[in-house]
Amino acid sequence: MENNMLHISASPHIHSGKSTASIMRDVIIALAPASIAGAVIFGLRALLIIAVCVATCVVCEYFYNVIVKRYQSAGDLSAAVTGLLIALNVPANIPIWQCIVGSAFAIILVKCVFGGIGCNLVNPAITARIFMLVSFGSMATQAMPKIVDVTAGATPLELIAGGETPAMKDLLLGTTGGALGETCAVALILGFIYLLARRIITWHIPVVFVASVFVLSYLSEGSLETALALVLSGGLLIGAIFMATDYVTSPPTAWGKVLFGFGAGLLTFLIRKYGVYPEGVSFAILFMNILTPYIERLTSHKIFGGVK
Amino acid sequence: MSFFLKGLHVPHRKNTADKPAVRMTDIKSVTIPMLMHIGAPSTPTVKVGDLVKVGTKIGEGAGGLSSEIYASVSGKVTKIADIRLTGGGTVPSVTIESDGEMAVCETVAVPTVTSREELLAAIKASGVVGLGGAGFPTYVKWSADPSKMEELIINGAECEPYITSDSLTMTDRVDDMETAIRILTKYFPIKRTVIAIESNKKSAIASMQEMASRLENTEVKVLPSVYPQGGEKVLVYHTTGKVIETGKLPLDVGCVVCNCTTIAAIGSYLKTGMPLVEKCVTVDGGCVKNPQNVIAPIGTALSDIFEFCGGLTAVPDKILYGGPMMGVTVPDMSSPVIKNTNAVIALTPKEAWLPRTTACIRCGACTNTCPFGLAPAEILLAYKKKDTEMLKKLSVDTCMLCGCCSYICPANRPLVQNNNLSKQLLRDERAKEAARNGK
Repeated sequence: MENNMLHISASPHIHSGKSTASIMRDVIIALAPASIAGAVIFGLRALLIIAVCVATCVVCEYFYNVIVKRYQSAGDLSAAVTGLLIALNVPANIPIWQCIVGSAFAIILVKCVFGGIGCNLVNPAITARIFMLVSFGSMATQAMPKIVDVTAGATPLELIAGGETPAMKDLLLGTTGGALGETCAVALILGFIYLLARRIITWHIPVVFVASVFVLSYLSEGSLETALALVLSGGLLIGAIFMATDYVTSPPTAWGKVLFGFGAGLLTFLIRKYGVYPEGVSFAILFMNILTPYIERLTSHKIFGGVK
Repeated sequence: MSFFLKGLHVPHRKNTADKPAVRMTDIKSVTIPMLMHIGAPSTPTVKVGDLVKVGTKIGEGAGGLSSEIYASVSGKVTKIADIRLTGGGTVPSVTIESDGEMAVCETVAVPTVTSREELLAAIKASGVVGLGGAGFPTYVKWSADPSKMEELIINGAECEPYITSDSLTMTDRVDDMETAIRILTKYFPIKRTVIAIESNKKSAIASMQEMASRLENTEVKVLPSVYPQGGEKVLVYHTTGKVIETGKLPLDVGCVVCNCTTIAAIGSYLKTGMPLVEKCVTVDGGCVKNPQNVIAPIGTALSDIFEFCGGLTAVPDKILYGGPMMGVTVPDMSSPVIKNTNAVIALTPKEAWLPRTTACIRCGACTNTCPFGLAPAEILLAYKKKDTEMLKKLSVDTCMLCGCCSYICPANRPLVQNNNLSKQLLRDERAKEAARNGK
């Protein structure tokens, strides 16, 4: 036996096998029900939008890394997750060129120029959604479901603002107007359960976020039914489950997550109630992304035996 | 203040559990280094050509932190030369060609122990060091202020993957352990003895419970099988609820922590007078044909041990002293089994596979896994900037180097490795400061 074959290294010598790609793969699996629901509800064009957004994100990250000579991270599926989330956050009737512009914006300007994965200050998909909302008129006129006859051409949030309460069945199944991945509550909750079971995320941010919106809406509206409808409407579930829980832009500790979730819930409620936009989830998450370093400072772990 | 100390479920891979230990025979030669403990190397007391027997003293402990060293076979000293240690340094080592007799030295005699002083002298003479892996000279630990010694915690957690040699101690060497506990608790003011074992070692738990029923104020504490349960501070917290502050020792909260095999080695010396000359070692890993526990004379070359276990079936990627979470890599197959070797693991490239290091995605897994709640990702950034103030603020000195953070990191960042470097940086800074103040 040749002695020089032995490797010398510092411990540990084994690894859990978890990787960035395996985590992102789980997120994609968790988003599959919402993607399928989007295609069923809004038609096959949804799949085209998903393909375009994912491809644009991965290609942009690939070429950016080539150009700036950074190690190639396009294969770690994080760009694919961003693309998928952008697609699920746009209406099914959006022009394809807008998807390309929005995805490229997210990857290049929000993620890569700040240093790539782990270094971005705010969530790329959320920022892209806001960028597209304020830039393109198409984001404001939400697509309507294809599989059912929808008489009113309004999203659930607009209905509630107009004093109506949308049917609970429509909210759960997603047969309402809205972005192609945000309407089907059942599919999003399935994804949430999957992420919890795989221990990709903890319950703190989604539950506190949604609960805050629910409680504040109930206190403000005085009706449990309206409060529940408000929770199931708009981008709240997809935002709370998939975008607010982004590792890079949310605090790591349990208490930090609770604070983050509450802040996002409060802001969502305030923007919905008093803001000019009908939906406040994206702005709320973006704002909490920016506050994350401060929340982390407030809520760092207490150290066992640590001497202050 | 209460804590929930986290940690990890690492794979157990206790392939050698429930297999009896096999004693090695036909040793051709042993090479015994003069440093098998923390502290100063011992001085060889033999010269080339001397005849020695099992138990003949061949190394005299230097003053202070050091230990006595004894011949593990009978035969002739053929060489005294430097060998390389795992840390990279070299140390004089005594090579003994065995005459195959394994004759016992005349000086081996049951020690008389009638007082604490005699007991301490006996522990020193036994050559026992911390056999859990640390190698801290045991007599130094027991030479501390006895009035502080309230509880004796016997560490049988054995939380590292593969290793089963401590479990075998707890099933096969009950008499040795019982003798040591009886005598230690007689001459030291220990009020309570706790034997802490992880829940996956059923036979060890049963055998220790049976022993505890014969002893006063002795109990077995079954702990969840969560790595690093056997870490000293983790163990003390989970057995007594006491928090050892950073920079403090278990004794500062009234506890003496000893590994179960250390206790057995003390007991064995008190009963027979035979010092520590052999070691039960778990030989395992994907490259080993017949994984098993081997009782080998100290100084046996690893190549001989592997041969005794049927040889290696593949070229190992790494050979470890100890488990894969905290064990150290061995530079050379001729490296010997030393006092604190509890396992020799030959890992296949597949077992030792580590993913590529990528960018931190700030998932928080490191800080959420750290038993002590440290933030390894932040420590890494502070270390890169050599920001010692920040490192102190992040309390990196609390780190016990268990490796949970590196194991769990999806980006496989060198977190615990950087913690170790950071601790060294702070040590260097303190040394510089002390030198400045001294001038």
